[in-house]
Amino acid sequence: MVAWTEFERATIKDIFSKIDYDVVGPAALCRCLVVYPWTQRYFGNFGNLYNAAAIMGNPLVAKHGTTILNGLERAVKDMDNIKTTYAELSVLHSEKLHVDPDNFKLLSDCLTIVVAARFGEAFTAEVQAAFQKFLAVVVSSLGRQYH
Amino acid sequence: MTTLSTKDKKVVKAFWAKVSGQGEEIGTDAVARMLRVYPQTKTYFSHWKDRSASSPDVKKHGRTVMAGVGDAVAKIDDLKGGLLNLSELHAFTLRVDPANFKILSHNLLVVMATMLPNDFTPEVHVSMDKFLAAVALALSEKYR
Repeated sequence: MVAWTEFERATIKDIFSKIDYDVVGPAALCRCLVVYPWTQRYFGNFGNLYNAAAIMGNPLVAKHGTTILNGLERAVKDMDNIKTTYAELSVLHSEKLHVDPDNFKLLSDCLTIVVAARFGEAFTAEVQAAFQKFLAVVVSSLGRQYH
Repeated sequence: MTTLSTKDKKVVKAFWAKVSGQGEEIGTDAVARMLRVYPQTKTYFSHWKDRSASSPDVKKHGRTVMAGVGDAVAKIDDLKGGLLNLSELHAFTLRVDPANFKILSHNLLVVMATMLPNDFTPEVHVSMDKFLAAVALALSEKYR
Protein backbone atom coordinates (compact mmCIF):
# COMPACT_ATOMS: atom_id res chain seq x y z
CA MET A 1 0.00 0.00 0.00
CA VAL A 2 1.29 3.43 -0.88
CA ALA A 3 1.43 6.00 1.89
CA TRP A 4 0.18 9.40 0.73
CA THR A 5 0.67 12.56 2.75
CA GLU A 6 -2.14 15.10 2.97
CA PHE A 7 -0.08 17.42 0.80
CA GLU A 8 0.33 14.76 -1.88
CA ARG A 9 -3.39 13.91 -1.94
CA ALA A 10 -4.37 17.56 -2.11
CA THR A 11 -1.77 18.33 -4.78
CA ILE A 12 -2.84 15.51 -7.09
CA LYS A 13 -6.53 16.38 -6.79
CA ASP A 14 -5.72 20.05 -7.31
CA ILE A 15 -3.71 19.43 -10.48
CA PHE A 16 -6.36 17.22 -12.02
CA SER A 17 -9.15 19.63 -11.13
CA LYS A 18 -7.36 22.44 -12.92
CA ILE A 19 -6.19 20.80 -16.15
CA ASP A 20 -8.28 20.49 -19.28
CA TYR A 21 -8.20 16.79 -20.18
CA ASP A 22 -8.85 17.65 -23.84
CA VAL A 23 -5.75 19.81 -23.95
CA VAL A 24 -3.27 18.13 -21.63
CA GLY A 25 -4.00 14.56 -22.75
CA PRO A 26 -3.45 15.17 -26.46
CA ALA A 27 -0.43 17.40 -25.74
CA ALA A 28 1.23 14.70 -23.63
CA LEU A 29 0.59 11.90 -26.12
CA CYS A 30 1.73 14.04 -29.07
CA ARG A 31 4.90 14.97 -27.22
CA CYS A 32 5.60 11.30 -26.47
CA LEU A 33 5.15 10.32 -30.13
CA VAL A 34 7.46 13.17 -31.26
CA VAL A 35 10.15 12.93 -28.58
CA TYR A 36 10.21 9.11 -28.50
CA PRO A 37 9.22 8.18 -32.05
CA TRP A 38 9.51 4.44 -31.44
CA THR A 39 6.33 4.70 -29.36
CA GLN A 40 4.51 5.18 -32.67
CA ARG A 41 4.75 1.42 -33.11
CA TYR A 42 1.59 1.05 -31.04
CA PHE A 43 -0.47 3.38 -33.20
CA GLY A 44 -0.13 1.85 -36.64
CA ASN A 45 -3.81 2.31 -37.35
CA PHE A 46 -3.88 6.00 -36.39
CA GLY A 47 -3.04 7.17 -39.90
CA ASN A 48 -0.63 10.00 -40.57
CA LEU A 49 2.16 10.23 -37.96
CA TYR A 50 4.89 11.20 -40.42
CA ASN A 51 6.05 14.36 -38.73
CA ALA A 52 5.39 16.53 -35.68
CA ALA A 53 2.78 18.66 -37.49
CA ALA A 54 0.88 15.57 -38.66
CA ILE A 55 0.96 14.07 -35.16
CA MET A 56 -0.23 17.26 -33.52
CA GLY A 57 -3.10 17.60 -36.01
CA ASN A 58 -4.15 13.94 -35.88
CA PRO A 59 -7.67 13.58 -34.41
CA LEU A 60 -7.15 9.94 -33.36
CA VAL A 61 -4.08 10.97 -31.34
CA ALA A 62 -6.07 13.75 -29.70
CA LYS A 63 -8.93 11.43 -28.85
CA HIS A 64 -6.59 8.87 -27.34
CA GLY A 65 -4.82 11.54 -25.32
CA THR A 66 -8.13 12.46 -23.71
CA THR A 67 -8.88 8.76 -23.09
CA ILE A 68 -5.58 8.41 -21.24
CA LEU A 69 -6.32 11.39 -18.97
CA ASN A 70 -9.75 10.02 -18.18
CA GLY A 71 -8.05 6.75 -17.33
CA LEU A 72 -5.69 8.58 -14.95
CA GLU A 73 -8.66 10.20 -13.26
CA ARG A 74 -9.76 6.79 -12.04
CA ALA A 75 -6.58 6.62 -9.97
CA VAL A 76 -7.02 10.18 -8.71
CA LYS A 77 -10.49 9.28 -7.45
CA ASP A 78 -9.22 6.29 -5.48
CA MET A 79 -5.59 6.88 -4.61
CA ASP A 80 -5.51 4.11 -2.03
CA ASN A 81 -6.39 1.39 -4.51
CA ILE A 82 -4.48 2.22 -7.65
CA LYS A 83 -3.14 -1.30 -8.08
CA THR A 84 -6.64 -2.77 -8.03
CA THR A 85 -8.05 -0.01 -10.20
CA TYR A 86 -5.60 -0.77 -12.99
CA ALA A 87 -5.48 -4.57 -12.77
CA GLU A 88 -7.71 -4.99 -15.81
CA LEU A 89 -5.98 -2.25 -17.80
CA SER A 90 -2.66 -3.87 -17.00
CA VAL A 91 -3.82 -7.17 -18.45
CA LEU A 92 -5.14 -5.31 -21.50
CA HIS A 93 -1.84 -3.49 -22.11
CA SER A 94 0.10 -6.72 -21.71
CA GLU A 95 -2.02 -9.40 -23.38
CA LYS A 96 -3.87 -7.46 -26.04
CA LEU A 97 -1.89 -4.31 -26.77
CA HIS A 98 1.57 -5.79 -26.12
CA VAL A 99 2.98 -2.49 -24.89
CA ASP A 100 6.51 -2.59 -23.49
CA PRO A 101 6.01 -1.24 -19.93
CA ASP A 102 9.09 0.99 -20.31
CA ASN A 103 6.88 3.12 -22.52
CA PHE A 104 4.61 4.00 -19.60
CA LYS A 105 7.54 5.89 -18.06
CA LEU A 106 8.18 7.76 -21.31
CA LEU A 107 4.57 8.93 -21.48
CA SER A 108 4.59 9.86 -17.81
CA ASP A 109 7.72 12.01 -18.32
CA CYS A 110 6.00 13.81 -21.19
CA LEU A 111 2.90 14.33 -19.07
CA THR A 112 5.08 15.80 -16.30
CA ILE A 113 6.57 18.26 -18.77
CA VAL A 114 3.19 19.27 -20.19
CA VAL A 115 1.79 19.83 -16.70
CA ALA A 116 4.96 21.75 -15.75
CA ALA A 117 4.46 24.02 -18.74
CA ARG A 118 0.80 24.49 -17.84
CA PHE A 119 1.46 25.54 -14.23
CA GLY A 120 4.81 27.33 -14.63
CA GLU A 121 6.17 28.60 -11.32
CA ALA A 122 3.33 26.93 -9.40
CA PHE A 123 4.81 23.57 -10.40
CA THR A 124 7.31 23.70 -7.54
CA ALA A 125 9.76 20.95 -6.62
CA GLU A 126 7.30 19.77 -3.93
CA VAL A 127 4.45 19.60 -6.43
CA GLN A 128 6.71 17.86 -8.95
CA ALA A 129 7.69 15.27 -6.34
CA ALA A 130 4.03 14.52 -5.55
CA PHE A 131 3.04 14.34 -9.21
CA GLN A 132 5.93 12.07 -10.17
CA LYS A 133 5.23 9.82 -7.18
CA PHE A 134 1.61 9.50 -8.31
CA LEU A 135 2.66 8.68 -11.88
CA ALA A 136 5.24 6.16 -10.63
CA VAL A 137 2.50 4.31 -8.75
CA VAL A 138 0.30 4.37 -11.85
CA VAL A 139 3.15 3.09 -14.02
CA SER A 140 3.97 0.34 -11.55
CA SER A 141 0.32 -0.76 -11.37
CA LEU A 142 0.01 -0.86 -15.14
CA GLY A 143 3.05 -3.11 -15.34
CA ARG A 144 1.90 -5.33 -12.49
CA GLN A 145 -0.01 -7.96 -14.45
CA TYR A 146 2.65 -8.58 -17.08
CA HIS A 147 4.13 -12.05 -17.08
CA MET B 1 20.52 7.29 -30.23
CA THR B 2 22.88 10.20 -29.96
CA THR B 3 23.85 11.46 -33.40
CA LEU B 4 22.68 15.05 -33.54
CA SER B 5 21.30 16.11 -36.90
CA THR B 6 21.96 19.53 -38.38
CA LYS B 7 18.41 20.44 -37.41
CA ASP B 8 18.97 19.31 -33.80
CA LYS B 9 22.08 21.46 -33.50
CA LYS B 10 20.27 24.47 -34.98
CA VAL B 11 17.31 24.04 -32.61
CA VAL B 12 19.55 23.58 -29.55
CA LYS B 13 21.65 26.66 -30.36
CA ALA B 14 18.56 28.79 -30.98
CA PHE B 15 16.82 27.66 -27.79
CA TRP B 16 20.03 28.08 -25.79
CA ALA B 17 20.35 31.65 -27.05
CA LYS B 18 16.86 32.29 -25.62
CA VAL B 19 17.56 30.79 -22.18
CA SER B 20 21.23 31.39 -21.49
CA GLY B 21 20.40 34.71 -19.85
CA GLN B 22 18.49 32.82 -17.16
CA GLY B 23 21.15 30.14 -16.94
CA GLU B 24 21.77 30.45 -13.22
CA GLU B 25 18.06 30.32 -12.41
CA ILE B 26 17.57 27.26 -14.58
CA GLY B 27 20.58 25.41 -13.21
CA THR B 28 19.69 26.14 -9.58
CA ASP B 29 16.06 25.12 -10.05
CA ALA B 30 17.04 21.91 -11.87
CA VAL B 31 19.55 20.88 -9.19
CA ALA B 32 17.06 21.70 -6.41
CA ARG B 33 14.33 19.66 -8.10
CA MET B 34 16.71 16.77 -8.66
CA LEU B 35 17.62 16.67 -4.95
CA ARG B 36 13.96 16.88 -3.89
CA VAL B 37 12.30 14.57 -6.43
CA TYR B 38 15.11 11.97 -6.60
CA PRO B 39 16.42 11.84 -3.03
CA GLN B 40 19.02 9.22 -3.94
CA THR B 41 20.97 12.00 -5.69
CA LYS B 42 21.55 13.65 -2.32
CA THR B 43 24.14 10.98 -1.62
CA TYR B 44 26.61 12.90 -3.76
CA PHE B 45 26.20 16.04 -1.70
CA SER B 46 26.48 14.83 1.88
CA HIS B 47 29.15 17.49 2.37
CA TRP B 48 26.57 20.26 1.91
CA LYS B 49 24.87 21.41 5.09
CA ASP B 50 21.92 22.90 3.26
CA ARG B 51 20.42 21.10 0.26
CA SER B 52 17.38 23.32 -0.21
CA ALA B 53 16.71 25.51 -3.23
CA SER B 54 17.87 28.64 -1.39
CA SER B 55 21.17 27.10 -0.32
CA PRO B 56 24.28 28.89 -1.62
CA ASP B 57 25.82 25.49 -2.40
CA VAL B 58 22.85 24.56 -4.60
CA LYS B 59 22.98 27.94 -6.37
CA LYS B 60 26.70 27.62 -6.97
CA HIS B 61 26.29 24.11 -8.31
CA GLY B 62 23.43 25.19 -10.55
CA ARG B 63 25.74 27.83 -12.03
CA THR B 64 28.50 25.26 -12.52
CA VAL B 65 26.17 22.81 -14.26
CA MET B 66 24.77 25.44 -16.60
CA ALA B 67 28.25 26.69 -17.46
CA GLY B 68 29.03 23.11 -18.44
CA VAL B 69 25.90 22.86 -20.59
CA GLY B 70 26.73 26.17 -22.24
CA ASP B 71 30.21 24.89 -22.97
CA ALA B 72 28.67 21.77 -24.50
CA VAL B 73 26.45 23.91 -26.76
CA ALA B 74 29.54 25.75 -27.98
CA LYS B 75 31.29 22.44 -28.64
CA ILE B 76 28.23 20.73 -30.09
CA ASP B 77 30.13 19.55 -33.13
CA ASP B 78 32.58 17.51 -31.05
CA LEU B 79 31.18 16.74 -27.65
CA LYS B 80 33.50 13.81 -26.93
CA GLY B 81 36.62 15.84 -27.61
CA GLY B 82 35.31 19.07 -26.17
CA LEU B 83 34.14 17.58 -22.87
CA LEU B 84 37.20 15.35 -22.29
CA ASN B 85 38.31 17.15 -19.13
CA LEU B 86 34.82 17.12 -17.67
CA SER B 87 34.56 13.44 -18.46
CA GLU B 88 37.80 12.71 -16.63
CA LEU B 89 36.56 14.75 -13.67
CA HIS B 90 33.27 12.82 -13.49
CA ALA B 91 34.97 9.46 -14.06
CA PHE B 92 37.95 9.61 -11.76
CA THR B 93 37.17 12.23 -9.14
CA LEU B 94 33.40 12.60 -8.83
CA ARG B 95 32.49 9.07 -9.87
CA VAL B 96 28.86 9.96 -10.44
CA ASP B 97 26.84 6.95 -11.59
CA PRO B 98 25.88 7.85 -15.18
CA ALA B 99 22.23 6.98 -14.51
CA ASN B 100 22.09 10.29 -12.68
CA PHE B 101 22.88 12.27 -15.84
CA LYS B 102 19.48 11.19 -17.13
CA ILE B 103 17.84 12.34 -13.93
CA LEU B 104 19.44 15.80 -14.07
CA SER B 105 18.57 16.07 -17.79
CA HIS B 106 14.91 15.35 -17.03
CA ASN B 107 14.86 18.08 -14.41
CA LEU B 108 16.53 20.56 -16.78
CA LEU B 109 13.74 19.85 -19.27
CA VAL B 110 11.04 20.29 -16.60
CA VAL B 111 12.51 23.69 -15.65
CA MET B 112 12.67 24.75 -19.29
CA ALA B 113 9.01 23.79 -19.63
CA THR B 114 7.98 25.82 -16.58
CA MET B 115 9.96 28.87 -17.66
CA LEU B 116 9.29 28.89 -21.40
CA PRO B 117 6.06 26.95 -21.93
CA ASN B 118 5.42 28.42 -25.36
CA ASP B 119 8.95 27.97 -26.69
CA PHE B 120 9.53 24.48 -25.34
CA THR B 121 7.58 22.80 -28.13
CA PRO B 122 7.75 19.04 -28.84
CA GLU B 123 10.32 19.74 -31.57
CA VAL B 124 12.54 21.72 -29.22
CA HIS B 125 11.99 19.06 -26.55
CA VAL B 126 13.20 16.20 -28.76
CA SER B 127 16.34 18.07 -29.89
CA MET B 128 17.19 19.18 -26.33
CA ASP B 129 16.58 15.65 -25.02
CA LYS B 130 18.89 14.21 -27.70
CA PHE B 131 21.50 16.89 -26.97
CA LEU B 132 21.49 16.25 -23.21
CA ALA B 133 21.75 12.51 -23.87
CA ALA B 134 24.75 13.17 -26.12
CA VAL B 135 26.32 15.32 -23.39
CA ALA B 136 25.74 12.53 -20.87
CA LEU B 137 27.38 10.06 -23.22
CA ALA B 138 30.39 12.34 -23.69
CA LEU B 139 30.65 12.72 -19.91
CA SER B 140 30.65 8.92 -19.54
CA GLU B 141 33.46 8.48 -22.12
CA LYS B 142 36.25 8.03 -19.64
CA TYR B 143 34.44 5.87 -17.12
CA ARG B 144 35.75 2.52 -18.33
